[in-house]
Amino acid sequence: MDAPRTIAPIVAPAAARTAASDIGAALKDAGLTALITLGLSIPILAYKTDQGPANELILTPRWRLVALLCALAFVVRLAMRLVGVPWLEARRAQSRKEAVRTASHETKGLGYRVGILAGPLLLGVALSYPLLAALASGGLNESRYWVDLGILILTYVMLGWGLNIVVGLAGLLDLGYVAFYAVGAYSYALLATTFGLSFWICLPIAGILAALWGILLGFPVLRLRGDYLAIVTLAFGEIIRLVLINWVEVTGGGAGISSIPRVSFFGLPFNADEKGFAATLGIPFNAMHRIVFLYYLILALALLTNFVTLRLRKLPIGRAWEALREDEIACRSLGINTRNTKLTAFAMGAMFGGFAGSFFAVRQGFISPESFNFLESAVVLAIVVLGGMGSQLGVAIAAVAMVGGPELLRNLGFLSAVFGQGFDPNEYRLLLFGLAMVAMMVWRPRGLIAQREPSIVLKERKAIAGSLVKEGHG
Amino acid sequence: MHWQRDPVLTVEHLTMRFGGLVAVNDLSFEAGRSDITALIGPNGAGKTTVFNCITGFYKPSEGMLSLRHQDGSALLLERLPGHRIAWKAKVARTFQNIRLFSGMTVLENLLVAQHNPLMIASGFTFLGVLGLGGYAASERRAVEKATYWLDKIRLLDRADDPAGDLPYGAQRRLEIARAMCTDPALLCLDEPAAGLNPRESLELNELLLSIRKDHDTSILLIEHDMSVVMEISDHVVVLDYGTKISDGTPAEVRSDQRVIAAYLGVEDEEVAEVEAEVGA
Repeated sequence: MDAPRTIAPIVAPAAARTAASDIGAALKDAGLTALITLGLSIPILAYKTDQGPANELILTPRWRLVALLCALAFVVRLAMRLVGVPWLEARRAQSRKEAVRTASHETKGLGYRVGILAGPLLLGVALSYPLLAALASGGLNESRYWVDLGILILTYVMLGWGLNIVVGLAGLLDLGYVAFYAVGAYSYALLATTFGLSFWICLPIAGILAALWGILLGFPVLRLRGDYLAIVTLAFGEIIRLVLINWVEVTGGGAGISSIPRVSFFGLPFNADEKGFAATLGIPFNAMHRIVFLYYLILALALLTNFVTLRLRKLPIGRAWEALREDEIACRSLGINTRNTKLTAFAMGAMFGGFAGSFFAVRQGFISPESFNFLESAVVLAIVVLGGMGSQLGVAIAAVAMVGGPELLRNLGFLSAVFGQGFDPNEYRLLLFGLAMVAMMVWRPRGLIAQREPSIVLKERKAIAGSLVKEGHG
Repeated sequence: MHWQRDPVLTVEHLTMRFGGLVAVNDLSFEAGRSDITALIGPNGAGKTTVFNCITGFYKPSEGMLSLRHQDGSALLLERLPGHRIAWKAKVARTFQNIRLFSGMTVLENLLVAQHNPLMIASGFTFLGVLGLGGYAASERRAVEKATYWLDKIRLLDRADDPAGDLPYGAQRRLEIARAMCTDPALLCLDEPAAGLNPRESLELNELLLSIRKDHDTSILLIEHDMSVVMEISDHVVVLDYGTKISDGTPAEVRSDQRVIAAYLGVEDEEVAEVEAEVGA
């Protein structure tokens, strides 16, 4: 029991010695940094070059600036060595300890805690969003911009959830998802303008047609894997777009299809008519009724997608999709028909894409091939990857960030007060997007919510660490 | 030979060529019902190729593979697509390099193995999505079966852990349990004892013997660990360079000169003798 007491006096001076040598080393390091700064500053900063009136070179010495910078470099480097590095090391040690404690499965990890609260919270916000928007902007008519934005975000949430079945669950990299979105939109537009069918009849038909296209595409290409599959699906997306542009007799070509019938409230049109929605309910007509209805329509469609996906995950088909992502050969050895299983994943994803597409058509009232370019596929795929492949909540959050983020930039007018007149934050959108992507890759390479929730539990629910879950390869 | 009386698997004149390379050359053997048949041979003898032909991962260049069920019905494996070999012919297999669904829990791994019966129970998903039909009851039964196997391989308390988190020996056992969850008539094990310590390999012997005793499953295994092969197998087939060099009970095979030569090599003069024989 004496051992600790005898060791203690030896440890203390040793610690003091290291502290002293630390300061010495830090001073040396900071001095070196200042020297490097000086060396760099001489050619870059020491002389300001100007063009004189007679076209001659005017050199203005700026040694004070150089001295200032060197001093600054010295101080910052010193502070970093003395304060920053020990702090970082302590933090790293802390996180290492935590990592050991939680081993590889984070039973109560961040995602788990967020998941329990965020799901219902987001749902509540989504349900009351038009009301909140109206209250915040001071009136129904004034809230139009915000409700429109909500519709846009929810459309991408739904597309993200649809693609999540294909990419996140089944592990098939699909770069042409927009093709099914287009099939859905054109199905509704053509059926409604040619045969005068109502939206509620066209919606399931559009979904089924998109699913059929998914199967049609799937048959030849699903034997391909990984990059090859990605390229072929990319090509398929482009083919659909080119067909839409060139098959002028049917699709109207580049001019698109206009005056697509608007959505009705289960038969009651949203107009000022006396048979319209407002008159029937005995309330004054307002154009916003339709917008708010569209909002709830896409919310319902998105929730349907979510519900079906969650349901499928707990059924054998969903487990087979995930097993396929993990190991296709093992699946085959267990008697799973891998081709059919992949096809169902493709068809399900395509069907929800088709639903979203026909919603897009009924909302816009006008569609053209321009709306279905590769960038859309890329955005939806980015949402799925950013959210964490396979995670429903992650995809929803990512869609809000990816679609709402750029809109947010538009509303940061006050920044021009800081950065000077003419500063438009919207122009920095792609720069910020790139920075965000880099940050993601560094801190959360597997997406916002990387853990996987098991589909069935015997005793205790434990989230599965993202590092164990495979991403699929074909 | 008793395995010829009631074979579960009959391999006749199996040949597998990869371009100019003949991996398996005119191989014929039988695996008896309720037997443990071991397929052994030096590295590169073509054992795994035979397995891949039996389980449908390769289509044999020539030959016939027939699987006879207990009720007398027979299926030609080389004519079935890969996934139907597991589902209809009831041939299950494990892999030399373990192929578990590492991101799924142990329990999920065993449920994926029961995919086909569960698919039917869920009305090919259509009824299952709506919550109709008897899917819940079937799933309960599937979980019960999984629990039975987890208990048997002593992994019940790890049922909710990801399979990739298990130690190596447990992963080997889980892969066997997963294959058994498909109710196979023939279980093909590709080096089940590879990487196991002596105690684990002893447990594996017990597991395999109990599978043979309690289930209608015959076992065909590739193995290098002679303690496993000689201890538990009823019948040993020895391959070398894709050709069968010996076939019999463990005792017969052990004393077969050709087997010893294949494993240990022969003296130069013996080679000359054999060459003279062949030449003559």
